[in-house]
Amino acid sequence: MIGAGKMKQYGNVLEKPLSKGRHEVSLSAFAFLFSELVQYNQTQVDNIAELERRLEDAGYAVGARVLELLCHREKGNRRETRLLGILSFVHSTVWKVLFGKVADSLEKGTEHEDEYMISEKELLVNRFISIPKDMGTFNCGAFVAGIVRGVLDSAGFPAVVTAHFVPMEGLQRPRTTILIKFAEEVIKREARLG
Amino acid sequence: MASIYSLFIISKSGGLIFYKDYGSSGRMDTNDSLRLASLWHSMHAISQQLSPTTGCTGIELLQADTFDLHCFQSLTGTKFFVVCEPGAQHMESLLKVIYELYTDYVLKNPFYEMEMPIRCELFDLNLSQAIQKDRVALLGR
Repeated sequence: MIGAGKMKQYGNVLEKPLSKGRHEVSLSAFAFLFSELVQYNQTQVDNIAELERRLEDAGYAVGARVLELLCHREKGNRRETRLLGILSFVHSTVWKVLFGKVADSLEKGTEHEDEYMISEKELLVNRFISIPKDMGTFNCGAFVAGIVRGVLDSAGFPAVVTAHFVPMEGLQRPRTTILIKFAEEVIKREARLG
Repeated sequence: MASIYSLFIISKSGGLIFYKDYGSSGRMDTNDSLRLASLWHSMHAISQQLSPTTGCTGIELLQADTFDLHCFQSLTGTKFFVVCEPGAQHMESLLKVIYELYTDYVLKNPFYEMEMPIRCELFDLNLSQAIQKDRVALLGR
């Protein structure tokens, strides 16, 4: 019976003790998988905005799970309820677990009160990716933007998150900035909490 | 200073997918480079058949009066070759480095279509760095 076989397989996985600590996966394996993800989504869409949205949605699912896992593993089943707390959680804890390092910088937007930026000189997902000229400003970091949105949304901080290339002086490659724009209610709630 | 004249990458079906000129000598126009690439592809294939030794993988080095041609064929049949000054050293390792860059920045790029000409910014960037490094290493010797 197919079902019985499956049950047994799952049983084995459940019997395994939960792994402690961090496990690293091969960067090449990840790069090929991510490349396939992008290629598959490219066949399903007819414009770049749609591709960006699909990548973001794929990341969103990761973000929601990552929040759950890390609140349990790193924070003793507690989660951040304040804006700066959750931002530094994303910037350091989430980044460290996903990419093996803390993000290069976390800044507050200068023009708008509700905007924050996480910047990376070289985003891990973009390590091997060259965007063709005809795709304009498309950035595969949309996947990471999706992860950030997934974490924030699940933690009760709805936000619009986008990834952008920002050219840097003195550097050959532009850096990637993840722009977070929080919903109005979040800012109001923060103000009320003081 | 030992120098590289040009670099070619040929796909497994014999099409030229990458060509780059270095320096002024041995410069070629597009048609010539395409012709040379397909000529090399065929010669390489014929040499495998003609070779008296069994399990021959084709020409690795062609020495002429005015240039050396070093060729490296990957397991999938993609060929990398450099035309360089006669007697230039360490070309095998340079070809390996270029192969590594190809697997990293071309094959892992979702926007690259197999067998098509290579147009990847990161590949160009890292390639010129590798060639530069090679030149510096040779100069230092």
